Amino acid sequence: MCLGIPGKIVEVYEANGIRMAKIDFGGVLREACIEAVPEAKIGDYAIIHAGFALNLLSEEEALDTLQTLREIALLDEELLDGQPNGE
Amino acid sequence: MQFVNEFRDASLIKGVLEKIYRTATRRWVIMEICGGQTHALLKYGLDELLSDHIELVHGPGCPVCVTSLELVDKAVAIASQPDVIFCSYGDMLRVPGSERDLFSVRAAGGQVRVVYSPLDAVRIAKENPDKQVVFFAIGFETTAPVNAMSVIQAKAQRIKNYSVLVSQVCVPPAMHAILGTPSCRVQGFLAAGHVCTVMGYWEYLPIAEKYHVPIVVTGFEPLDLVQGIFMCVQQLENGSAVVENAYTRAVTLKGNEAAQAIINRVYEPCDRNWRGIGTIPMSGWQLSPEWAEFDAEKRFQIHHIQTQESPLCIAGLILQGLKKPFECPAFGTTCTPQNPLGATMVSSEGACAAYYQYGRTL
Repeated sequence: MCLGIPGKIVEVYEANGIRMAKIDFGGVLREACIEAVPEAKIGDYAIIHAGFALNLLSEEEALDTLQTLREIALLDEELLDGQPNGE
Repeated sequence: MQFVNEFRDASLIKGVLEKIYRTATRRWVIMEICGGQTHALLKYGLDELLSDHIELVHGPGCPVCVTSLELVDKAVAIASQPDVIFCSYGDMLRVPGSERDLFSVRAAGGQVRVVYSPLDAVRIAKENPDKQVVFFAIGFETTAPVNAMSVIQAKAQRIKNYSVLVSQVCVPPAMHAILGTPSCRVQGFLAAGHVCTVMGYWEYLPIAEKYHVPIVVTGFEPLDLVQGIFMCVQQLENGSAVVENAYTRAVTLKGNEAAQAIINRVYEPCDRNWRGIGTIPMSGWQLSPEWAEFDAEKRFQIHHIQTQESPLCIAGLILQGLKKPFECPAFGTTCTPQNPLGATMVSSEGACAAYYQYGRTL
């Protein structure tokens, strides 16, 4: 149930006094409440859970994480390559 | 950046797994709190890829599983009333009550509806002014803001026929309960990423310090999971015990304060009875007095609930990481998703359901 799914905000509007958005989940459009992410704008990605945006996703942080993990994984490959091949 | 496929990169996952294999000098016991992570770990086979180096035990982060039997029975009693439309997240329908589940109420002609969001339940209430619409507001900190929002919406639109049956629970008190058990084997934790998205991770700092246990905030994609496990193993090997964040694209120390404000507007802390575990002090939320008119427990005075658990089910031990599903004699025989004895076998976040679905039966 705590599964939140990243989706892209494609439309922002108000309904019954609360801020709502159309969210694109890889081609599937759904509605979500964006009251908890007042800074949200079209094009942002948010974590959506039960029709509610929990937070915006940071592209900068995501790229940083991927870079760190690439370095970890690559470092390992280099270590492997540098090892004697067992002859 | 789509925030999904990038974190399913097989070559990166293999690289980080290799790193874990070489870092772990012994088989560490790590608990993932969240049942969504349990399912992801098994779905991608990470538990088996890691099994020589890490023992993963599964935590209580399955809201459907820990909703007290008394509240499930109350839900069944309310849903059985003629003028009620009972709305719920889908997972809850097959959760066994003492005598029956919500599905059987529906089969007997009761109006039980599955909704994606409680905001849909508010809409149903608006469209059916002659019915009482009740939403089963279960969940952890993740679900609390939207559940609270539904009550705020109902009040703002003067919808009088909407109420919520609340079973909100919180992760940190459950971690205290697990770590305070003398038989606890957990050496490190993966903290639930989406709970921390809302609440931040400052609440975990005193837990890491008090019990000297590393805690790593972890996401839900396979690369997130191996990263969280790697960071946890590094700490265990170094003898450190701090809170680290492996899910920085969604989580900050303070969390989403606007979401917390929505929770605090509607809810106040309370003791909660966790199914299979027992009462944990100040481990949940209830509606605060000014929102009492939306409390289904007050609107429908259901008393004389006599709860009766299956004597065979060991879900409580599984939810605390003390037993694995296959250690239960009923697992896969008298207890299956078609015929569940406990909630852990039906929920999409239940450990028994994951072991059954992905064939971890040996």
